[in-house]
Amino acid sequence: MSIEVIKPGLATTVQDGGRSGHYHLGIPPSGAMDQVSMRSANLLLGNPETAAVLECALMGPELRFHDTLRVATGGAEMVPKIDGVACPNHEVIEVPAGSVLSFDFVRAGARLYLAVEGGFDVPERLGSRSTYALGSLGGLDGRPLQPGDRLKVVSAERCADAGRSLPESLRPVYHKQYELRVVPGIYDHRLTPAARERFYDELWSVGSEADRIGYRFKGGTPLEFIEREPPFGAGDDPSNIVDACYPIGSIQVPSGSEPIVLHRDAVSGGGYAMIGTVISADMDLIGQIQPHQKVRFVPVSLDQALEARGQRSRRLEALRQALG
Amino acid sequence: MSQLTQQAPFPGVFYRRPSPDSDPFVEPGSSVDVNTTIGLLEVMKQFVEIKAEAAGKVLEVRADDEQVLEAGDDLLVIDTSGEGA
Repeated sequence: MSIEVIKPGLATTVQDGGRSGHYHLGIPPSGAMDQVSMRSANLLLGNPETAAVLECALMGPELRFHDTLRVATGGAEMVPKIDGVACPNHEVIEVPAGSVLSFDFVRAGARLYLAVEGGFDVPERLGSRSTYALGSLGGLDGRPLQPGDRLKVVSAERCADAGRSLPESLRPVYHKQYELRVVPGIYDHRLTPAARERFYDELWSVGSEADRIGYRFKGGTPLEFIEREPPFGAGDDPSNIVDACYPIGSIQVPSGSEPIVLHRDAVSGGGYAMIGTVISADMDLIGQIQPHQKVRFVPVSLDQALEARGQRSRRLEALRQALG
Repeated sequence: MSQLTQQAPFPGVFYRRPSPDSDPFVEPGSSVDVNTTIGLLEVMKQFVEIKAEAAGKVLEVRADDEQVLEAGDDLLVIDTSGEGA
């Protein structure tokens, strides 16, 4: 069973739950940036929750189906079209053999997840099918899709009936401005008190280069670091530290100018001070923010972060209950 | 006269010229076909050439150089009736 890529979209990659446990060796987790939407598409279709899907950033692909297969979408709103005829999002749809599945332009959100019955079949690397393009690892030949690629599909043990749809209450809601919750630290003492305060006061705009490695933010006032004699091993820039591990979600501000939030394809360490970490519960949301949309960073305590993590787990549990 | 309003296929920064010193890809009155580049749209470290969606004559360019666009914003209007093309 195969699907042929006619047009790949802008940056379409095979992703799943990711490969955890190798970050200390420099291999990032990768996997769908918006894990909730990826899982929702799979659960809707009756797939294993973390079966490999296509993550389609900002523009959908054009795919020719050589076999009749059921699919479901999650995440960003891009209307799916079968041979040009619009179909609903968040619903199991059957694509007949010989048909072309394409997508209208993105109306809200940034990443659409396309699940296919059984899941996309690429070799597992370190326990995951996810694409880590920077390291040419996983996915289809370690890279985003290209025209002419053939995607294979795992034969499905079961599949939901066409027409099954995600309950309205479990669908994502997108905006043009968001709040991202941040646990401050562990190097924010390197900022001047005024800069620390201003970082959370100002509205930041997502840079157009934002991708799976990191989201860069612009438009705020540059942040001043406290002057100091660089410690042995640290670079000369005031934003430098002695090399340290970078958590996913950590915020670095090279030279104080533009904050970068690391995401699932990030490098695992380096010499920039991290002034805070976006909480795990808000990492899915980052994957749905378009370039040029606005964000305010909101400081929260570790207890609040853990409470939010609990809420996210309950939301996933509600998806499993509704669709299991 | 039949017209086609072409829209941005994805969000990004629109560039009307290949480089700051060059002439625009198209101007009102330019003839285009489906292989004609009408501008560049930049996002995620990629500059994507946007091709005209139909053959005809450019009536109006609605997006400015270096304008930030959302997906679906108007780029230009093409007269597809073939009269003056």
